[in-house]
This record gives sequence, structure tokens and C-alpha cells, in this order.
Amino acid sequence: MNSKSWRGTILFAVILVTMGATVGLKLYGVGEQASSAQTSVHVSTSASGSTTSTSPSATSTPSASASATATPSATASAPAASAATATKTVTGSAVDTRYGPVQVKVTFSGTTITAVDTVQYPSESGRDVEINSQALPILQQETLSKQSAQIDTVSGATYTSEGYIQSLQSAIDQR
Amino acid sequence: MRFLETVMGIPMSIDVRDARDPRAVTQAAERAFAVLRDADERFSAYRPDSELSRVNARGGELAGVSDDFREVVELGSAMARASGGAFRIRRPDGGWDLDGVVKGWAADRAARTLADEGLCDYCLNAGGDVAVAGSPGDDRPWHVAVRSPDSATDLLAVLEERRGGVATSGAYERGAHIVDGRTGAPATQLRSATVVADDLTTADLLATAVFALGPHGVRWALGHGARAVLAVAADGTLLGVGELAFAREDTEG
Repeated sequence: MNSKSWRGTILFAVILVTMGATVGLKLYGVGEQASSAQTSVHVSTSASGSTTSTSPSATSTPSASASATATPSATASAPAASAATATKTVTGSAVDTRYGPVQVKVTFSGTTITAVDTVQYPSESGRDVEINSQALPILQQETLSKQSAQIDTVSGATYTSEGYIQSLQSAIDQR
Repeated sequence: MRFLETVMGIPMSIDVRDARDPRAVTQAAERAFAVLRDADERFSAYRPDSELSRVNARGGELAGVSDDFREVVELGSAMARASGGAFRIRRPDGGWDLDGVVKGWAADRAARTLADEGLCDYCLNAGGDVAVAGSPGDDRPWHVAVRSPDSATDLLAVLEERRGGVATSGAYERGAHIVDGRTGAPATQLRSATVVADDLTTADLLATAVFALGPHGVRWALGHGARAVLAVAADGTLLGVGELAFAREDTEG
């Protein structure tokens, strides 16, 4: 299954962007304590990403970087007060993989992810394109569902598991 | 109404959303739990007086076994054939290892009991094997989260289901306990395999079979009763086929 293993790379990239963007949002005034330095994900490339914001009156320009060695260096330009509800798009850095560059864009409404788009993905061969057309929607929606959907129950292999009981309890608590 | 009971050493829950007399709902849930307890008494490998223990004590000889026992063996044997021997229920000593069949089969039967009692909107979760029917409310589908194989507190995805079963096999709870029957070695090519099917018996059998088969079992399962499969390969690659209905924010109810 080596030919498909880049999917994991894309998922990894999505996670990186999500982490970076989340830290970025926290940094820029969502009201939580900033703790960006704890994020340290090591990637081989670390070209700077870019952030655009649709919030009104983007006057202040925080200069802190959201990432330590994490890829998406979110350099947001949203005022702190409106960050919690503004729609914000964070574009991660292009990550070079053996299959080609991978770059994703995450849209937030406040701190909730509302969209994940792929800016670049491997397309060197016909096979890659074919895999992409199947895999990317899954990865995008999967990221979405993690962030937003209400949960009624949890499927997972379990036998006498403390972890399962906690998981079940959390599912009950969320109702 | 929600009910929780530990059967087979596993927490099992029944969540009924039908607007019915609470006493009728409670009675239906109690009958469903009774089905699960009966299955445990018959198929527990830890009870020396269970039918499974008695059959295995005589070398696995099936003469005179109960209809339930024969049904479970036939379900497992059919899956063993379909998977080319990757799924197996026969131990090297001739005894029966029916763990890969019993939990899903019993939970499926318990869920059917709820339907037989006239309930329409319910979710039964037997240690991670899930059977749903109808809706939790507002006519939205049930949102069945799939646990991440890497963490008990992380989710791989949230699926929408209105009818059927969702089962997940993995090596993360009980160690490498699922053996590839073709080699006799623990299956290690997948971290987890989740199967959605029209019924939980099929979903649970296929989840174990896919886990034993490895990545190529993901697509194989679509031809053997799976509606969808979501698996994580050993290297973290996400594999998904079939009608995977991911829950979206705008379907919250």
C-alpha cells in the first residue's frame, strides 16, 4: 500500500495546519491563555504560510508566530476583539513530500473549523490523481466531523476497557 | 431513556428515544439485556459450565449443541470461507474461539428484541459494537463516532446512520489478539478497521475479517455485505471505501 501512503502525509499536514491555526487563534485574543511554545511538531520543511481574514477593520498586526517548528506559521491580522467570531482562513505551508507538495487551507468560524480545502496536492501521475479524488474528500470531511458534530455514541474495539468507559461516559455527558 | 449494564465484562448501553411509556421502554431494555446475558452464559470461555466450555472440553465436537451454538458456528464458518481463512473460529487444538462472532451476534439479537418490542428510535452499544434504528430526535440520523486507534479520547470520524450496525476491530484494547488465520500470526497491517453494514452481526464479522486480512480486505468487504469501511493502516494511512456518511455541523439536532 506504499502508493497510498501519502494520504497519511496529507492527513498529517491537515493536522499540522489545524494545530497551528488553533494556536494562532488562541494567541490572537480568543480569551484563552496563549501557550504556543508547547506546540513543537517537527517537519522537514517550514516555509511560512499565510493568513487572510474577513473580519472588518483589520488594523492591528500581531507579529507573533503561532508555530515553533510547526509548519503553518499563522501570521494573523485580525483584531483581538473580533477573533472569536470572525471567519478566518489559515493557509498552511506547502510541505514537500516524496509524492509532491501538499498544502491545505483551513477556514475557522471563531474556533470551529468550517472548511478544509486542499491548495496543492500530488498530481504527478494519473494514479495519484485517481487516489486524490477518492481520498481528499474523506480527509476533509473527517477533519470537519471531528470538530463539529454532536456525538450520540462511540464505536471502538473494546473489552473491559477503562478507556472505553471514559469514552462512553463522555458521550453520555455530551448529550 | 438510557440504560447501562456490564455484560461479558463489557459496558453495554441502550439509548431509547421513542416517546413511549417509560415502563414499556424499561421492560424492552431489560429483555434486550437478558438476551446479552444469555449469550454470555452460553458462550463465555471463562465459565466452565458454559456450553462453549463444555463443547471445547470434548474437543469441539458439535453433536447435540444448541441451535444458538450451531448458528454462531455457521456464521463464523461462512466468514472463514469468505475470507480465505484469514478469519478463523477454530483453534489449533480443535476447540472453538467464537469471540469474533458472539459479541456482534448477541448485540444484534438484543437490538432486534428492541424492535420486536415496538421501539423505532434506539441505539445499542455493546462494548463499541453499535446498532442503531431511526433517529435520536428532530429526524436527524444517529451520530456514531469512531474511536481513534491511537487514543481512547480522540475520534477518527463521526458517521451518520439511521439503520444498521457499526463495528470496529483493533489491536489497541486487548493487544494483538486478532490472528490472521492464514499464517497463525497476529494481524498487524491495520491499526483499526470499522465496518458499516445493514446489520450488526455482519458489521462485526467483517470488521474482524478486514482486520485479519489487512489493507486489501478494505475493498474486499464491500463485496461481502459492508456498506462502508474506514480503516487506519499500520503507517497511519486512512483507508475509506463505500458510503461513508460523515456527520456535518449543519446536521446537529
